Amino acid sequence: MSRDEITAGLAEILEEVAGVTPADVNEAKSFTDDLDVDSLSMVEVVVAAEERFGVKIPDDEVQNLKTVGDAVTFIEKAQA
Amino acid sequence: MTNRTEVLVTGIGATTPLGGDVASTWDALLAGRSGVSPLTQEWAARLPVRIAAQLAVDPAQVIDRVKMRKLDRSQAAALIAADEAWRDSGLADSGLDPERLGVVVGSGIGGASTLLNQDDILEARGARFVSPHTVPMLMPNGPAAHVGLAVGAQAGVHAPTSACATGAESLVWALDMIRSGRADVVVAGGTEAVIHPLPIAGFASMKAMSTRNDDPERASRPFDKGRDGFVLGEGAGIMVLERADHARARGAKIYGRLAGAGMTSDGYDIVQPHPEGVGAVRAITKALRDADIDPADIVHVNAHATSTPVGDMAEIIALHRALGDHPVLTSTKSMTGHLLGAAGALESIATILAIRDSIVPPTINLDDPDDKLDLDVVANKARSMDIPAALNNSFGFGGHNAALVFTRP
Repeated sequence: MSRDEITAGLAEILEEVAGVTPADVNEAKSFTDDLDVDSLSMVEVVVAAEERFGVKIPDDEVQNLKTVGDAVTFIEKAQA
Repeated sequence: MTNRTEVLVTGIGATTPLGGDVASTWDALLAGRSGVSPLTQEWAARLPVRIAAQLAVDPAQVIDRVKMRKLDRSQAAALIAADEAWRDSGLADSGLDPERLGVVVGSGIGGASTLLNQDDILEARGARFVSPHTVPMLMPNGPAAHVGLAVGAQAGVHAPTSACATGAESLVWALDMIRSGRADVVVAGGTEAVIHPLPIAGFASMKAMSTRNDDPERASRPFDKGRDGFVLGEGAGIMVLERADHARARGAKIYGRLAGAGMTSDGYDIVQPHPEGVGAVRAITKALRDADIDPADIVHVNAHATSTPVGDMAEIIALHRALGDHPVLTSTKSMTGHLLGAAGALESIATILAIRDSIVPPTINLDDPDDKLDLDVVANKARSMDIPAALNNSFGFGGHNAALVFTRP
């Protein structure tokens, strides 16, 4: 799965869970500062991403995923 | 008047089985329309009770989808009603000090729908899929906390629970909050949304609910010989209560006065009302004394009257003892069903509008009055009459009794 495909998948999840406009989602965006995803909603995003991409995102890893790009990189590696 | 702080009603809001706001609800009440309908959900087929009074306007039509994911239905209803009441009060841009603004919003059962739905997810998919919003959605103080956030209240946010007396008790605690000087304005009321198979099955097992499944609009029939239990309703009612001098200084629209209140507990049985309504009599008498009003001055009573065989007549006995044989009664629940923790708040709104508009909404389905009914109930058609002062009763499982006296400002 390409980085663009992962980003698009995350954008769909962010729209469903937090009402983020998909066009606003790119690798540079911070989940909390730019996309206004609160901490509880972030938990939902992680669970949905695990299901969608078939990966496991450990709880202590979540705090390192500041931006959409961080998440894409983690998912890309986990899928490899 | 006594030397107590005068407290006025300066805003009202509701979402009910009859309408998505106060105006549509009040129109329907005066027209004698029933909000009861068949439950068409798949789960209803296996229940002994398959009717309820569901919200006329689904909260999802009012609140956006993403926000709704984080709200129990009872919280959504509370927010909709509070938003209307708050806008109605004109306080939003009035420069009110948030530290002088309180909230008292209770619920009879709380976020039971969330609890049960998330338990289904836990069983089916596992702990990881349980929503991180579960706890704030199911906590009993959730509706009050959400309303507090919406209006920015910082004087204290409280959530009384006393089953079907909750809405009325919330208004009493709000009154006390203003009288004691802890707030100038309190947004107060009740909310409930538990039209879910488990609460229905529980109430049905108690034989407390009407099983007139084939005739929903005629199922809630307080004081009628054919009554066979209450009909579950859902919704919210919210009032803005305000210290009188504060309200008058800003030229507020004034609906009426919450002149006094009484609360007692039966100490008799966990669910049965005292057969002679002793605790209810004490609550009413306390409310009258608190309001410094004679029993003869209460010309109208919005009764608790849920359409159960025992409860309706116990209230009649209590009203005789506390007030005499003159008051003109009605039961809002004949049309809205029983909104449990929201009932007392919604019915307080109906009471204050009856005073304002000089008209009592009907008790529908009162076709064949109980032989023991010897008070004047407004049957089937609204009645115009002058109402300087009126009483609203609420009683709850647990032996809670609350009585509120409303008067013209």
